[in-house]
Formats: sequence, C-alpha cells, structure tokens
Amino acid sequence: MTAPSYTRADFQTDQEVRWCPGCGDYTILASVQQFLAGLGRPREEFVFVSGIGCAARFPYYMNTYGMHSIHGRAPAIASGIASTRPELSVWVITGDGDALSIGGNHLIHALRRNVNLKILLFNNQIYGLTKGQYSPTSEPGKTTKSSPYGSIDYPFNPVSLALGAEATFVARTLDMDRGHTQELLKAAYEHEGSAFIEIYQNCNVFNDKAFIQLTGKEERVHNRIDLEIGKPVVFDEGAKAIVLRDGSATIVDSSTVDPGAILVHDPTRPDPAVAFALSRLSHGPYGPTPLGIFRNVHRPTYESQMNAQIEAAKEKLGDGDLSTLITSQGTWTVKETSSNGG
Amino acid sequence: MADQIATAEPSTTPSETLDRVVIRFAGDSGDGMQVAGSRFTDASALFGNDLATLPSFPAEIRAPAGTLPGVSSFQVQIADFDILTAGDQPDCLVAMNPAALKKNFRDLRQGGTLVVNTDTFDERNLAKAGYDKDPLEDGTLDGYRVIKVPMDELTKEAVKDTGVSGRSVLRSKNFFALGLLAWLFHRPTEPTIEWAQKKFSRTPEVAAANVAAFQAGYTFGVATEAAKITFEIKPAALRPGTYTNVNGNTALAWGLIAASKLSGLPLFYGTYPITPASDILHELARHKNFGVRTFQAEDEIAGVGTAIGAAFAGSLAVTGSSGPGIALKSEGISLAFMMELPLIVINVQRGGPSTGLPTKPEQSDLLFSLYGRHGESPIPVLAIASPSDAFELTIEAARIAIKYMTPVLLLSDNQVANGSEPWMLPDVDAIAPIETEFARHPNGPNSTFLPYMRDIDTFARPWAVPGTPGLEHRIGGLEKEAITGNVSYDPANHQLMTDTRAWKVANIVNDVPDLEVNGDEDADILVLGWGSTFGSIRAAARRVRLAGEKVATTHLRYLNPMPRNLGDILNRYDKILIPELNTGQLRKVIRAEYLVDAKGLNKIAGEPFKISEITEKILEMIK
Repeated sequence: MTAPSYTRADFQTDQEVRWCPGCGDYTILASVQQFLAGLGRPREEFVFVSGIGCAARFPYYMNTYGMHSIHGRAPAIASGIASTRPELSVWVITGDGDALSIGGNHLIHALRRNVNLKILLFNNQIYGLTKGQYSPTSEPGKTTKSSPYGSIDYPFNPVSLALGAEATFVARTLDMDRGHTQELLKAAYEHEGSAFIEIYQNCNVFNDKAFIQLTGKEERVHNRIDLEIGKPVVFDEGAKAIVLRDGSATIVDSSTVDPGAILVHDPTRPDPAVAFALSRLSHGPYGPTPLGIFRNVHRPTYESQMNAQIEAAKEKLGDGDLSTLITSQGTWTVKETSSNGG
Repeated sequence: MADQIATAEPSTTPSETLDRVVIRFAGDSGDGMQVAGSRFTDASALFGNDLATLPSFPAEIRAPAGTLPGVSSFQVQIADFDILTAGDQPDCLVAMNPAALKKNFRDLRQGGTLVVNTDTFDERNLAKAGYDKDPLEDGTLDGYRVIKVPMDELTKEAVKDTGVSGRSVLRSKNFFALGLLAWLFHRPTEPTIEWAQKKFSRTPEVAAANVAAFQAGYTFGVATEAAKITFEIKPAALRPGTYTNVNGNTALAWGLIAASKLSGLPLFYGTYPITPASDILHELARHKNFGVRTFQAEDEIAGVGTAIGAAFAGSLAVTGSSGPGIALKSEGISLAFMMELPLIVINVQRGGPSTGLPTKPEQSDLLFSLYGRHGESPIPVLAIASPSDAFELTIEAARIAIKYMTPVLLLSDNQVANGSEPWMLPDVDAIAPIETEFARHPNGPNSTFLPYMRDIDTFARPWAVPGTPGLEHRIGGLEKEAITGNVSYDPANHQLMTDTRAWKVANIVNDVPDLEVNGDEDADILVLGWGSTFGSIRAAARRVRLAGEKVATTHLRYLNPMPRNLGDILNRYDKILIPELNTGQLRKVIRAEYLVDAKGLNKIAGEPFKISEITEKILEMIK
C-alpha cells in the first residue's frame, strides 16, 4: 500500500469555519492541515478531541475522526481513545480556560502518565466564547467584564506548569509563524508520548495585540528568544544571551560573558530543571520570551505499559476463560433430590 | 502437611438439628471478623447449605481500638432450605470485645448463644465501650447461652511454636473463634485449613499460626464441651446445579468480562476509587488476561471521560462509582447520551446525601438515576436484585447499551455489592452473544457517511470507530442535525432530535421482559420492590402466607423503561405496597406514571429491612 497523497484540502470539511475574521485560529488550522497533508498518513487514523471554547470548534473543521466534547475534559476523553487504540494519532485541541482552568486536573494527569497525545493549547489569555472574561493566563490587573477593577488572579505560565507535571515534550510557538508551528508539530508528532505545545494565539476581538512584543516588527527582534537545539541561547541579534546563575536562567549582554558560559540548549536533559529555568524567563509574552522546544525526553507511554501488562498476563495465564473465572472461588454441586424447601 | 490438618477428636456433645441459623461475628475492626465470617460462609457453602451474608464495617479504616465506632461485623444465615436474606436477628453472636457486645447484644435473639472473648473484658475496654459494670458478671446475660472463652490466652498458647511473635500472635484469634464455631455448628474444617494455607503461603508462619488457632478453637469445644448442645444444619435442597458463593461486586465484574467476551469488544473500565464500588475495579484489574483495561483516573469526571473516549474508539466502555461520584459524572453521562455512544454506568448506592454513610446500604439514588441530568436526557436504568442477579443483569445492561447506542445506568447497592449468596452457575456457552457491528461502509449519497442515519428498528445510529477508512466524522455535545450530525440550531430539528432520543430509549421496552407476579395472584395486595429489597420482600411474603393471608409480590429490575405489563399488574390489586430504603422514590414514580394509590414502607437507617418490618406492614394493610 502506498502512502496516500494529500493536499491541505483533503483535511478540510464542508463545514463553514466560524471564527471571528482575523482570529489566530485560522492560521493554526491551516498549519495543522498543511502539516498532516504532508505526512501522507491515512486521515482515518487521526482523531481530534476538543473541549469547549473558541478553539474547541477545531475538530469540526478537520476531515478526520473528531469529538467536540465538554469543557475541560478533552485530555481525559483522548486518554481513553489513545490507551485503547494506540495505533491511532490522537490530538487534543484546547484553550487557556479549557486546559488550565476547568480542565487543569486532566491536563496535568495526562502529561504525567505520558499518554501518547498531542496537546495544542491555544493561549489567547482571555475567554473569547463567553465574551471577554479574564482567563487563568491573563496578566495581573487585567481589566475585563468580570474584572472591572483589574484581575487579582495570579496567572499560570503554561510551559512551567507542563514541565512541573514532568511532561516529556513541551514547546511554545506563535500562531502567525506557520513555519515555526509546523516545525514543532513535526517534532511533537514524532515524539512518543504526551506532547504539549503552547501556541500564543491572538484574539483580535477581546485581547488584540496581546503578543505584540513577539509579533511586532520592531519589538520581536528584541524579545523573541528562539531555542535552537545544540546552540547557545542568544537573541536580540546576538546582543543578549542566557546564562545560568544561582539556579536561574538570566539574561546578560553577550559582550559581558565568556561565550563558553552561555547556555547551550539541550531539550533532552533528563532533569526538567534547566527547561523550567528557561520557562521562567518570562511570565507571559511581555518581554524576552523563549519559543521552541523546552523539553523532549523519552519515557514509556501509558498505553504501551498497559498493553504490555495485558500481553504478559495472556502469555502467563492464557486467554481468559469464562468458565474458569466463574468457578474460581470454589463450587459445589447439588444433585437431583426431592425438595424439603420452606 | 498431614500433621497440620489432622482432625480433632470426634465431639461427644449432643447435637440438635436446626433448619436455619443466623450467626454474627463482631469484633474490633482489626480483629479479622470479615475474614472469620467469610470463611465460615465458604465452609457452609461447600457443605451445601443455602446462605446469605451481610457484612457491616465502619467507614474508618481503623477507628480507635476497642471503641464502639471501631466495631466491624459479619452476619451470615445458613439453612437447609432456600433462604432470601441474611436474617433479622442473630441466633448466635460472637463478641470479641466489650464494644462488640455493646453494639450487637440488643440484636441477639432472646435466649440465643453468645460466644465471648473474656480476655478483653478489662476495666479499660469496658470503659471504652461505655459499660459501668462488667456485663459478664452483672446479670445482663441471664437467660442466654453464654460461652466464655479466654481467647487471647488460648490463642497465644496455640501459636507459640509456629514462629509468629509480637503483635502477630493475637491476629490469629479470629481463627480460634472460627474453630470454636466450626465445632458448635458442625462445619467441615478442611476448607478453612486449606484456605489459610493457600492464602498465607508466602508467610508460612502466619499460615501455621492460623491453622493452629483454628484447630485449638475446635479442640477447645470438643475437650471442654464448651456448650451443652451443638447444632447441625443439613445441606439445602437447592435447585440441582453447580453453585458458587459470590458477592454482588464480584458477580458484576464477572458480568462485565462476560459481556466483553459475548460482544467481542475489549473491556475498558474508567473509574476512581470510592466505597463501596472499588472492589469492582480490584476484581477487574486482576483479569488482564481477558484483555481488560482498567484506568484509575485522576477523578470521577475523568473516569467517565476516559470511558467515553474508549466507547468512541470501539471498546465495551464502563465507568463505575457510588452516588457522590455519579453526581460528578453527570455531565459526561449527558454527553454520552447526546453523542449516542454505548456506555455502562454503575452506581453502587450507599447512604447519602454527600459522604453520608459510605459503608451502609440505601436506595436513595433512584430519582437521581432517572432524572439527575441536565437537559432532556432519559437513559435506561436497571437495578440488580441480589448478588446472584448481578452477572445476568450486567450482561443485559451491555446488550442494551450496544444495541441502542446509549449509556445505561446499572444500579447496585451496598447490600448487593458486599452481601453474598449461592449463585447457580450458568452455562456460559449457552448465553446469547451480544451482536455488535461496527459501520464499515459509507451510508449516504456520494460515498458520504451519515453518523446519525438510524437503524429502522432500534433507532440506533451507526457505530463507526476511528481507523475505518471513508467514515471520518465528528460528533459532539452540540445539537446535531438529524441524519448528517452537522451542528444545527434549527428549532424544528431540536424538537425532532429531542423526541427521537426519548423515543429511542422508550422503545427499549421491546427488550424488557414482562414482569412476573410471585405468590398469590388472587391476593388483594401486591408488594412491589426494586433492587436489594428483593430478598426481604419475598421472605416477608412467605411469613404472611404462613400467617394464613394472601399476598402477591413483583420486583422491578428494569426501571426505565418499565415493563410493558406493569400497568396491568398494578390495576389488578386493590392495595399496593412499595417498600424502599429511601423516602419513597419509586412510589413517587409509580403514582405519577400509573395513577395508582401506592403506599410506602420507607426506611432510611443505613441498614436493610428486617423481614418482620415488611411482614407487619403487609399484615397491617391486609386488615
């Protein structure tokens, strides 16, 4: 059987895409469709699962198997799919409210179990579908309909959270950078286990230009820290560099340090501490912020271990036999006699 | 090992033959009373008695030793005829400490037999149990057959050469008590000895100590003629067949495994530990060679979530919990209903609301099962009547879920789950397979797939699992257009889909067997029950007949949809009594749906009905 030859159109459905004009979700949808078409893998082997929110409409627009489920539960539902059908490629599409607020528990547990899920978190730092309340990634003090005096919630840093849950693959990209997004999609797809990608996604209606520091022509040069594997972490056209100091990642002027002291990026470090330190360089896209793969390590997947136990049990005990099962606690036989019942 | 299982000298104490006896083992929760009770039960089962058991344990794992909250007990009724419950009143009580006596003595039949461990009746333990004076000395026990045994001392003596030491020594005293009861009730000793040797094969000194204590207890009875009389209960003339003694949780787990075999679908159980449902998880987790996947999720919501995912992907998907956990799963169950995926939801009910009485039986989740979801989401509800009913009804739940592509709620309760009784084993090769057919081919124009194109008979939609070429489709919680499944906000479509989903479930009545009336069909009064009250109601009806009155009974296993002939049956009787371990939930439904003046007998005390309670109510209504 030859691999199917697809174009992006093969992954589009006949459903009208209904995001606000100018929404970052359109770009992400195009990136994902383009990436999948390029893989040449039969599209029936993909499953997209989402929860609730703007991002959650995504599966309706993917010509694969899909489920638009309930708020926050996509990682749990997807875990049920992936652990029973490990041959499928299972993707979770979620947002900052869906993944980090109502579904926070499911996210961290899917990551720690290392279920083979590809989790794309569209982070726009706002609640869009419910029309503009602050989210668990909104910056402190943010004024919204539900926080007219400014938000007093301290936000999550999604990459730090995923690393804290010891996710085996953690990355961050930007909606509008389709090349970078597809590069990370490829790495996530090839990773065996949970892969978590935070995608900064612009909500031009309720939180426009939230990522301007990383997308603006002027600003991005100074703020975008591209994590490149095997290379020293430098940015701002080489003027700035990252070094480890007192257990933290610190920004320094490149000219002030020995080039050998600059941190060389290695996402395969077994210990997530350095990746975590990098994730602490910013607490939101407000200044210099790393993009790329923070962590990429190997750990056996949940489903591979689950299935190995089943295979081992079958090997040892043989295929289960019902008669043996229901007689396993001891039996006795009553023979035909006259009844003395009462 | 021959020297270890040498039987004791034959007993010379005269014996009396009884048709039935109720025995309760009571002690501190660390005293091993559940083990003692279940070993006595198994020996009796293998001997051929009919039996029924009812364990009762504290919600605390180890309440302070010697206190009233720490008392754990296990009641078993054994008989030479087919009995229906674990009995109202113990004829024999084993009290391992003052607290056990205090808590259980009032239940002991007047003049019954009391076996008491005198070594624990010191000042401190008496005070902990709230006794001012020693009940062994102050006349409290006058009129009872009291067997006073210094069990601690005798157990220490018995196990001294077995290699156990320290605190382990007294752990064997439950086996001493068991040995004494084996003598008192003429139980076979081999099953208990073999069990102990197998169970503790990795710690031979513990096995030896338990066997030694058991034999010492037995020998103590023989040698001291501890009681003036011993009791024999002959084997029961049960229906011919092969039996095993099983509790409801185990039989339910086996039913799930059987349904997996019968349907050819791999079993997936997504759950979160909760009393009294956890044993279903424990049992399933042992049987991976049947391809069983158990998923201990991060919470109840993920329990149902993972099961929904597994159902979408083509497994026989199951989630299980007890009341509080089912509340958390409610949103997920509605999603499964909306998407029309097969899913079994098990609710092993316990005393509520909230944490309530986690280890006690109650039937208070019926209305919650029927109506406890947002939106219009009727789902089939089945209720298990007794431990031996669990296997078959679980298979039925799976059959309905798959045939009609719907979640099914399967109700059990703490009495069914932990109670046990003999179960006549079915011929597993004769059970009808569960027909399961995944969609393989497009069913719409131009080779399209229409996920909500329904079967003309069942109105079930096709089950197309990921990986099937050409059938890629999306489902979700949003209202969907009939046939295509596309998102639709059209008013007429929502009406149509709501009606269709309800009709599909109502139509399951075609698979619900007609109700049978038991007893006097020409009686004036009908007793209608559901769930674990089955045994108490039947036994009460027998007593009513012994009193010379007529009574009919019938029992609902299908609560939605209810059997087609239920209305006709209800209309045939002048009086209808519905006993329930709640404040009248089925009665409310029956009155609303069938417009009959049903009366209730309602108890919400964390314990099953006594047969006498139902008997008295029936007789009162007859008059």
